[in-house]
Amino acid sequence: MAFLAGKKILIAGLLSNRSIAYGIAAAMKREGAELAFTYQVDKHEKRVRDLAADFDSTLVLPCDVAEDAQIEQLFIDLAKHWDGLDGVVHSVAFVPKVALDGDYLDNINREYFRIAHDISSYSFSAMAKAAYPMMQGRNGSLLTLSYLGAERTMPNYNVMGVAKASLEANVRYLAQSLGPRGIRVNAVSAGPIKTLAASGIADFDKMIGFNEKHAALRRNVTIDEVGNAAAFLCSDLASGITGEITYVDGGMNITAAGQID
Amino acid sequence: MSDIEQRVKKIVCEQLGANEADVKNASSFVDDLGADSLDTVELVMALEEEFDCEIPDEEAEKITTVQQAIDYVNANVK
Repeated sequence: MAFLAGKKILIAGLLSNRSIAYGIAAAMKREGAELAFTYQVDKHEKRVRDLAADFDSTLVLPCDVAEDAQIEQLFIDLAKHWDGLDGVVHSVAFVPKVALDGDYLDNINREYFRIAHDISSYSFSAMAKAAYPMMQGRNGSLLTLSYLGAERTMPNYNVMGVAKASLEANVRYLAQSLGPRGIRVNAVSAGPIKTLAASGIADFDKMIGFNEKHAALRRNVTIDEVGNAAAFLCSDLASGITGEITYVDGGMNITAAGQID
Repeated sequence: MSDIEQRVKKIVCEQLGANEADVKNASSFVDDLGADSLDTVELVMALEEEFDCEIPDEEAEKITTVQQAIDYVNANVK
């Protein structure tokens, strides 16, 4: 059963074969979707093109989500190749690494706070705004990636947790705005996964170990497991689901402690 | 060539898309093999996977050549 057959989906945030976006692309491709990808800066173009080839895609376009003009241009360019768009996957977040190490208050300032929220939350709204004209009349779906640090404190996750809280609220407001236009908006809150982006978070290996010890499933999740949930949420099988944060975290979000020792 | 040396070189070839012949012990990932900053982070992640170990950031920053990777594994992986 290819439940995304005929769907055209744009994925932002593919950077390596360890990216969550890679797992999402793999699941979506398997389910029959046609995929397009973005890269942030020119030096990443070849990298993303090579990865896109794994999914038989040559539709690879530039988009630095920090730039409104580039977001606009992305959908102008995309419209030259596709007559419509069924899904957008936003797997993008950024803050300077120094903000993801040690004490929250010691390492926060106005600039880091602004960057974290701009790149990790606002960019989802910006993409939604630019994308929805192409998505109308097609049961379109937008998806972003969050983390439990949005709701509960984690060492070192710091301002990225604050930005993810904004992103999750953003999902709800976008869902309310785009619902009457027939477009759904959801997020997957994934357990910690060792990606290039996660390598910027101090002591991430220890978070992975903590999660493995305490999550209900007593293990970490894979990009393929996140990909499967993402593919479902962007498919017509999820036609009644919007504004939802879906956890793919082995049950960590229901856990205070999985074991005492 | 030791087993560890072979495994390190194989990973370097895979991660950096380098030819086996170009991967010498003295090769620098960035200067000789054309790695960018993302490649080097990925390379360290691949070494961690291959040798089932965790390489702390401050140690990872010091691994800039094939020989340094071999030395790290020899010294830290049982």
